[in-house]
Amino acid sequence: MSSTDNSPEHKLYSSREPIFPRRVKGKFRSLKWVLMIVMLGIYYLSPWIRWDRGPELPDQAILIDLANRRFFFFWIEIWPHEFYFIAGLLIMAGLGLFLFTSAAGRIWCGYACPQTVWTDLFILTERWIEGDRNARLRLHRQKKMDLRKFRLRVEKYLSWILIGLATGGAWVFYFTDAPTLLVDLVTGQAHPVAYMTMAILTATTVFFGGIAREQVCIYACPWPRIQAAMMDEDTLTVGYRHWRGEPRGKHRKGEGAAELGDCIDCMACVNVCPMGIDIRDGQQLECITCALCIDACNEMMDKIGKPRGLIDYMALTDEPREIAGETPKPVWKHIFRPRTILYTVLWGGVGVALIWALFARADIDMTVAPVRNPTYVMQSDGAIRNIYDLRLRNKHGEEREFRVSVTGDDTLTVTLQDSDTTAGDTIAVKADEMRIVRAYVEAPAGSKAATSDRTEFTFWVEDGIANERVSVDSVFNGKGQ
Amino acid sequence: MSKKEVETTGHSWDGIEEYNNPLPRWWLIIWYICIIWGIGYSIAMPAWPMIKGATAGVLGWSTRAQVAEKIASFEEMNAGVEAELAAADVTEVMPGSDVYNYAVNMGASVFRANCSQCHGSGAQGNVGYPTLLDNDWLWGGTIDEIAYTVQHGVRNETDDARYSEMPKFGVDELLEPEQINQVVEFVMSLSDPDGDGTNISGHSYDAALASEGAVVFEENCASCHGEDGTGDIYQGAPNLTDAIWLYGGNRDTIHETVTYARFGVMPAWGLRLSQAEVNAAALYVHQLGGGQ
Repeated sequence: MSSTDNSPEHKLYSSREPIFPRRVKGKFRSLKWVLMIVMLGIYYLSPWIRWDRGPELPDQAILIDLANRRFFFFWIEIWPHEFYFIAGLLIMAGLGLFLFTSAAGRIWCGYACPQTVWTDLFILTERWIEGDRNARLRLHRQKKMDLRKFRLRVEKYLSWILIGLATGGAWVFYFTDAPTLLVDLVTGQAHPVAYMTMAILTATTVFFGGIAREQVCIYACPWPRIQAAMMDEDTLTVGYRHWRGEPRGKHRKGEGAAELGDCIDCMACVNVCPMGIDIRDGQQLECITCALCIDACNEMMDKIGKPRGLIDYMALTDEPREIAGETPKPVWKHIFRPRTILYTVLWGGVGVALIWALFARADIDMTVAPVRNPTYVMQSDGAIRNIYDLRLRNKHGEEREFRVSVTGDDTLTVTLQDSDTTAGDTIAVKADEMRIVRAYVEAPAGSKAATSDRTEFTFWVEDGIANERVSVDSVFNGKGQ
Repeated sequence: MSKKEVETTGHSWDGIEEYNNPLPRWWLIIWYICIIWGIGYSIAMPAWPMIKGATAGVLGWSTRAQVAEKIASFEEMNAGVEAELAAADVTEVMPGSDVYNYAVNMGASVFRANCSQCHGSGAQGNVGYPTLLDNDWLWGGTIDEIAYTVQHGVRNETDDARYSEMPKFGVDELLEPEQINQVVEFVMSLSDPDGDGTNISGHSYDAALASEGAVVFEENCASCHGEDGTGDIYQGAPNLTDAIWLYGGNRDTIHETVTYARFGVMPAWGLRLSQAEVNAAALYVHQLGGGQ
């Protein structure tokens, strides 16, 4: 081979080759339809589930209240200071992805990734309007924009835009009362941000699902690059049994048929591939393991009376075994390995910890911020006063009276500014709100707390109705010696 | 697509060949679009650094103008409640009301800008400048008294200022040195309710001298500080029976106070601040913990 070749056919940039996936039937396709209906159903319908949230809030089961920074999920209410729940969920999502990838390759990419699900939906719409692969190819190759082509293109893009609108529409419903917002959106009364969000999401949905499609996976997504680190020789991936299929060729009756492998080079696996690759070239970066080629090949094998599984889920370790004529490892042996078990244990551990934290937490909460400017205030009778800002959080859907007390030093007394009672220790906090209350803690003149530098004590806040209480440790500063 | 080898560029070095994996063309197009956008943006918006400042951009956008606009919009938003606060009788502003909440927040910033230099950023006071957090008030701790003090100040040139003057008992030779010593011991004994010779500020005094000082106190000091020494908020005469000392409660400091007297001043803030700011500062100070 020559050392340099600057011939013009070696282009630096390539245009996208359009892909027209053919319709396919089979168990993986059916599974993907079911998953698609379930996942899109969850996305589009969740904001419409109702849940009683009292008079102050919309009765919505899943609600992200950005203005007040609250997240509501059925009976669970998450405030910003409980962000560790979100962190925990993200850790679980990460570990879950490790687990699934090491066990069964890119099944996230192939079955559950929104890019895949929406692209599937867009291809389905495209097929309904323009027909299957061959019809679409013809339409694509037809240079002249006649009335029929124009009508089909308009219909296609309009349906895509409608899907995009529904996608962006469902998104904004998560942030406020869905029925009210729907009426507002239709009558033009909704906030401009809602329209803007919908417009952006409509545009991105149409772009990613309709136009960019496999380019997102190949060029934009980091996951195909990371996944290689999580797969090993026992990981299940979609593969081609070349030892069975090769040499490929058209089977003719009579002579010569015996020398050919099972692959009849019908291109079914290539024609159904949404990524536009040939799985017979082996595992490759573009493959999202959607398994549609398995369905397509099985259909063909059934037709020509050969056993199924020329293209199949398999692991790298199966290849030499099968070539040697041994039976491959059963699937469960591929899946249950120390690595996947470790991931499962970690994943479950984080999950159990989160659930425990969820049920152990109280629906009231308090944080204490000592006012240290100045560290103490002397009263006219010589008593020493410390000032604290208490943040009292009421996570109940109704107003509650909170009673604050201190323990740890008998001489300390607490009074709340703006207290509702003469005792000065009780204050009302509105439903689902946080109230900052100034608390005065006093030690009488000459008492140990008043004359020493630091006295440790504990703030308690109680909700008499729910019978919950929460404590926070703090420090009282005296005059010192 | 049929099975084929990956194309190479034809470059070969010691047998190592370079794969040809061309970049998608749309990436290149996006790059060109970014360049065109960048040129347009740098013409429209402030961009290129010059010797003095940067090019202004044809749209005339600036962060300064944006801030001014924001401030104006906030002022417009607050104009109503601020007018209400300026016209309000401070004794009738209810805690929890919008005007009250606005006043406390506004008062906090008014306080930090104008009052904290003497009274401290946490209103903790300093020697000669009273702390505003405790329950001892020279000129009264009710909201209307505080508002009056903020408005007119203390011992300044305005006619309505709080005014009183303590005689310089030592310098003007109103008292003999001996009498001063006696009355100092008596003043120290005033804040000793249990009479054990050590007052609540922790200072011990000479009981014999103190009892002689009682006569001096009654003749010279009681007219302002009261016969029992509890002071008089109408003359700004401090309460001498409590644990709080404006200049210090030890023997030397009290001696100095009696000899030279004190003349603490405060500006009439009504001349410098708006009525809303005065009311806000008063309401803020009143809710710091000592208000009566």
